[in-house]
Amino acid sequence: MSWLRDHFADVLNLAGQHVYLAGLPLVLGLLIALPLGWLARRYSVLYPVLILGTGLLYTIPSLALFIMLPLLLGTGILDPINVVVAMIIYTVALLVRTVADGLGSVPDAVNQSATAMGYKRVRRFTSVELPLAIPVISAGLRVAAVSNVSIVSVATLIGVPQLGSLFTDGFNRTFLDPIIVGVVACVLLSLLFDVAILGATRLMTPWQRAGKAPA
Amino acid sequence: MIRFDAVSKQYPDGTLAVDELTFEALTGQITVLVGPSGCGKTTSLRMINRMIQPTGGRIWIDDQDPAQMDEAQLRRGIGYVIQHAGLFPHRTVAANIATVPLLIGWDKRKAEARALELLERVGLPASFAKRYPAQLSGGQQQRVGVARALAADPPVMLMDEPFSAVDPIVREQLQDEFLRLQGDLGKTIVFVTHDIEEAIKLGDQVAVLRVGGQLAQLAEPAYLLAHPVDDFVADFVGRDRGYRGLSFQASPRFPLTHEQTVQLGATPAQAAEAARDGWVLVTDADRRPLGWIEPARILVSIQPEMLHRGGTVAPEGGPLRNTLDAALSSPSRRGVIVDDQGAVLGTVRAHEVLAEIEERARPAFEPESLQPVEEAPA
Repeated sequence: MSWLRDHFADVLNLAGQHVYLAGLPLVLGLLIALPLGWLARRYSVLYPVLILGTGLLYTIPSLALFIMLPLLLGTGILDPINVVVAMIIYTVALLVRTVADGLGSVPDAVNQSATAMGYKRVRRFTSVELPLAIPVISAGLRVAAVSNVSIVSVATLIGVPQLGSLFTDGFNRTFLDPIIVGVVACVLLSLLFDVAILGATRLMTPWQRAGKAPA
Repeated sequence: MIRFDAVSKQYPDGTLAVDELTFEALTGQITVLVGPSGCGKTTSLRMINRMIQPTGGRIWIDDQDPAQMDEAQLRRGIGYVIQHAGLFPHRTVAANIATVPLLIGWDKRKAEARALELLERVGLPASFAKRYPAQLSGGQQQRVGVARALAADPPVMLMDEPFSAVDPIVREQLQDEFLRLQGDLGKTIVFVTHDIEEAIKLGDQVAVLRVGGQLAQLAEPAYLLAHPVDDFVADFVGRDRGYRGLSFQASPRFPLTHEQTVQLGATPAQAAEAARDGWVLVTDADRRPLGWIEPARILVSIQPEMLHRGGTVAPEGGPLRNTLDAALSSPSRRGVIVDDQGAVLGTVRAHEVLAEIEERARPAFEPESLQPVEEAPA
């Protein structure tokens, strides 16, 4: 593994790019999925439309999306923004259903009593429904994070550097080392995202760890 | 005062949930809406705070029309307690109780102090403040639910089967404490239940609703038991009406028979000496009754597990129902009457209680205020 020692700074740089390209869309995608999920929950007519519609987005092959986006957005073909937008689309595709189901997991009695105590709609959403939906949303977010880390590597084919660049490099030179390093780095990144999301969830849901009723 | 004036609720599919309901829930009193499922009692309750919009008639709260008020403002001024309490699982007990005070803009410290005060008021230790609802038993959660509803001191409280989901013993405790609390606070309460026993125990007045959302009868509990207006109400009010009606009549000071008692550990000889008609009452050192024993059947000194514990005990001057039950349930046929400290005063026999009952008139009062309102007041 002398290759890794010699190229450690490069790999670290690529990993940083990878975190950015997978992580930023995760955050932005969640912000977009929240109102869409709320709409799907609030208006039952919209539920199938939104869930099916956003779900279908996930079936667009990533390479096709990377290539089409510059045409649609008018961006340069090598612009990393294309990757960010594509990843936002995938994140939203995965999270709308998660958010809707998360909000659906809030007990009816809790919503009723929040309304009966005089919560207005927006405040009820931010201070009652959303906090209670966190465990479900967090589970979906973990899936989306892993999915993002994996899909982003395809962006190498349109010339946006990140850990996926190691795969093409190894492939072109029929040299295994960068490929192994790239795979291991991707797995570690996924773990990193997972741990970060889990940690944040634990911080935001202290009630989940409170023990059951003492006898 | 909350007034229903020919209030109806018809759903788009044509179902009539509430049909021209007219009644008044008097200020400072508990009005219980009771009826079988589908009688529109919960719908009626939710129309008061506009969780459900009526399709006909009007509701007045102290001569204000809630339909003219901002929904959220209206609800913050009305306490609301539901089955299973509906506490916020992600907030501590103290934060749950402080919900409405914080919504109406109290500062945090004042709201927290209020939460602690109410926690004590509903009989929970201050150490519960930092717990989450999942760490409480069902009965404790329900107490927190009541505390939360009381937090901003609303004049009106709506309670929707608040005690239905807890076991019978806890339910009775909660009911007793609720009555004690109401004795202090004097809120205007509309209380929904399907349990006629609960309605009769808690209500200052009881409105019996029939399926389809019609008012069958509105009356004080004792009156309802004595004079059900039709077969439906009679059926719904249930069996043992005569006996249950005695709950509302206080016992006089019966001439009590002195009872020679023995304490635990007494020898068979001592017990036989004290016994009358083959039975003797065993008490603790403070003369509080523990149970009856037949000295003829014992060979060793009296141990707790040897006692017959079937007999109930009635407080002096308590409801006739308790006094009669004490006599009926006693293995010796002698009903034990106790003082405020629970110490034995003496015994009374069933025929003495019955003689007193025979002397009395059936409840025939009919206060005007309890009459169903036939027409809308001008």
